[in-house]
Amino acid sequence: MTHHRSDDIAPGDILLAVENVSLAFGGVKAITEVSFDIRKGEIRAIIGPNGAGKTSMLNVINGFYNPNEGRITFAGRTRPRMKPYEAASQGIARTFQNVALFKGMSTLDNIMAGRTLKMRRNFFWQALRHGPALDEEIEHRKFCEEIIDFLEIEHIRKTPVGKLPYGLQKRVELGRALAMEPTLLLLDEPMAGMNLEEKEDMSRFVIDVNNHYGTTIALIEHDIGVVMDLSDRIVVLEYGRKIADGTPAEVKSDQKVIDAYLGVAH
Amino acid sequence: MTTASEHSSLDTFPKLYARNAKLRGARPALRFKDRGIWQTWSWAQSWDQVRALALAFADIGVGHGDKVAIVGANRPALYWAIAAAQTLRAVPVPVYADAVADELAYVLENADVKIVVAQDQEQVDKVLSSAERLPLLAHVVYDEERGLEAYDKARLTPIAGMIERGRAMLAKDPAAAARIEAYVAAGRGEDVSIILYTSGTTGRSKGVVMSAAGSVAAASDTVAFDHLSDNDEVLAYLPLAWVGDHYLNYAQALVAGFCMACPESADTVQQDLREIGPTFYFAPPRVFESLLTRVMIRMEDAGGLKKKMFHHYIAVARQWGEKILDGKPAPFGARLSYAIGNLLVYAPLKNALGFSRIRTAYTAGEAIGADLFSFYRSLGINLKQLYGQTEAFLYVTCQKDGAVRSDAVGPAAPNVAIRIADDGEVLFKSPGRFVEYYKDADKTRETLTEDGFVKTGDAGFFDTDGQLRIIDRAKDVGKLKSGAMFAPKYIENKLKFFPNIKEAVAVGDAKDFVTVMINIELASVGNWAERNNVSYASYQELAGHPRVNEMIEKHVDEVNRSLAREPMMARAQIARFLILHKELDADDGELTRTQKVRRGFIAERYAPLVNALYDGSKNADIRTEVTFEDGRKGAISANVRITDMKMIAPEGAEKAA
Repeated sequence: MTHHRSDDIAPGDILLAVENVSLAFGGVKAITEVSFDIRKGEIRAIIGPNGAGKTSMLNVINGFYNPNEGRITFAGRTRPRMKPYEAASQGIARTFQNVALFKGMSTLDNIMAGRTLKMRRNFFWQALRHGPALDEEIEHRKFCEEIIDFLEIEHIRKTPVGKLPYGLQKRVELGRALAMEPTLLLLDEPMAGMNLEEKEDMSRFVIDVNNHYGTTIALIEHDIGVVMDLSDRIVVLEYGRKIADGTPAEVKSDQKVIDAYLGVAH
Repeated sequence: MTTASEHSSLDTFPKLYARNAKLRGARPALRFKDRGIWQTWSWAQSWDQVRALALAFADIGVGHGDKVAIVGANRPALYWAIAAAQTLRAVPVPVYADAVADELAYVLENADVKIVVAQDQEQVDKVLSSAERLPLLAHVVYDEERGLEAYDKARLTPIAGMIERGRAMLAKDPAAAARIEAYVAAGRGEDVSIILYTSGTTGRSKGVVMSAAGSVAAASDTVAFDHLSDNDEVLAYLPLAWVGDHYLNYAQALVAGFCMACPESADTVQQDLREIGPTFYFAPPRVFESLLTRVMIRMEDAGGLKKKMFHHYIAVARQWGEKILDGKPAPFGARLSYAIGNLLVYAPLKNALGFSRIRTAYTAGEAIGADLFSFYRSLGINLKQLYGQTEAFLYVTCQKDGAVRSDAVGPAAPNVAIRIADDGEVLFKSPGRFVEYYKDADKTRETLTEDGFVKTGDAGFFDTDGQLRIIDRAKDVGKLKSGAMFAPKYIENKLKFFPNIKEAVAVGDAKDFVTVMINIELASVGNWAERNNVSYASYQELAGHPRVNEMIEKHVDEVNRSLAREPMMARAQIARFLILHKELDADDGELTRTQKVRRGFIAERYAPLVNALYDGSKNADIRTEVTFEDGRKGAISANVRITDMKMIAPEGAEKAA
């Protein structure tokens, strides 16, 4: 399987490279010649004012959009046009700005859904739920229980996610992404709409995922305080262009970033 | 088979552990729901873990008299750590897991702790953050690795690794097992078994020192009193550092040989309760109260037929349930009706609450409302009251099966002597009586009388049927300027029996009249608001709503009516009240860790409100600092309405007029 290659990359080496990527919808340019990279094992943030092209960038990385120009190299392989499920099978998982879970299903079932691509038996055996398929399901269940324990959501294991408060739904969504055992995890505003306590919990989980599973994380987030605390490196976009790239300290003192956020007299 | 001499030789918990491993080695001792599945350890397996851990502890220098702090939730590993420390004649010191870093550091420092066994990163962080205050601290042992990967491991050891090492020693070296036997045999009844820190209702918490023989004797008495055996099972969900958990679960389990199940997490207790179905259960009144509130709310949302059936059979239970439970005569028709009700309502309800198998349940800590108490009893749950203290190693009084009332706490527990002092304070002497307060001889002397009785600090009296009634803390009973007796807790409890009122603080000592500050119960008032189309965005907004105020005013009026009926209390009716804009919280120091109101502290903190209650204002501004769970501070400000109450004429006076 293709994602095995990502194991060959040592921590600190480049896992994903975005080179001169441009994306346009009709005449509207969402991203213009953006280049940056994500190193294995780091937490990389993409920030920028509203409409800067952050979510478009994530969508390009996970194959939901194909760039008009430029190249994306993931785990040493420059990829042609691809579909989101191909990205998923290569080890890229994501969560969404607006929670995208199966609302009528329980927390456990939602996380189990994240294991779909890891199932080896075909649909026929799964439906029979017999023999090797059953053994396999038990294996997957064990893995999901580890995630449930990790994210401290034991108490809502059997609760339909539609009934859960927003903060917990976000956590379940993270759980489903983790169930894919991703090499690269894309988080689209994991803390949007959360209160301070929920934000701190989520920050801790992001750091723990990074430490414990060694997962490389790319995240979009509006709360600058959170971003500065969490990230190893930050890319700043404005109007679809990259205006800065570096450590939190470097980005914080960059005049272009300050202007972008505070506004500047033209 | 146990002869008297054999029994008296089992005077420490490790000796009981070894006995259980030999006598009932294959029976379950501990359960823990891990990764969604209940894991079980038999007494033999559990004792193996304890022995292994004891060897590893000895290896890092734990010995006779050393203090080993245990910080965390109810986990098998932490219970093994307690037993392993006791095996080495070291002293376990459990600390409340929700204590903030400073409180934790105080206990660790005060108790001269050498080793800390912490559950997870959160606890380890708290310990490490105050490490420079703890010169004696040599090692931190932890249970859950998560988040600790990147920590400096020089002074951090995983407990699983220690047990592994101990097991390896046991496996390859027969001398290791012999060493454990020698440790256990060396244990003496007068050894310090454990130091339990009080929750600190007044000032700093104190370390209450327990002797091994006293602890075992006390637990043996109550195991016999409630006929507990190795067929029983409990869910150990009470705070590990509280005497209730150490006594009811740990000590009684070791004496009786029953099984102790540890919940998956604090949030899953309700589900775990249902899965385990304990036979012996303890909960403070507020737990029973919130369960009932939840049941009632769910019933409000149920369909018409179900609602009707529920209310009909609950009425049947209210009338006959307690009589049937206590074995008193009841007509055949009533018994039949109750049996049908049991089939349709009581049994399913008990099952949903996890109370299906309960033989004995206790409540204590606060007064319990008569309605609340009899609700559970009428379902056929043998709920009783006890009165106890850390200093007694729990039991001072407890009610016998069949002689149970809500307004009293029962006669003296087995082998306990009780005396009422001239000023009404309750004094007792018991087998489990504490030895001393750790490093505080003055306090010890203050608390003990010359003939060895303990001053409880509670005022009470014996009823005609020999059951003790507690009125209030002896020092809290005050007087109004008029000279009328003012028992704040008595008034607060009457208010708290309304499901809409969560907490109340009465003020009145040396004042002209009585006033109260009230906390509403968000669950029930919120549900009421939903049903009545009252919209609100926050606790503060709901608490300040005029219709909520009206509702609470009715409750206060009812309390005044009930006070007016009691000659002693009639002159201490509530003259004015207000609803607080925030919930009282232990993190802000307003409640103790066991959720008791700290009256003095609150009076200080809310001084502007108290002043307004007495200067005739109609409302008052208040700004309070709050502490978030991570220890950071913020502030809430509010304008609070004050309501005047009509005084009710005492019943006697009404007749005279």
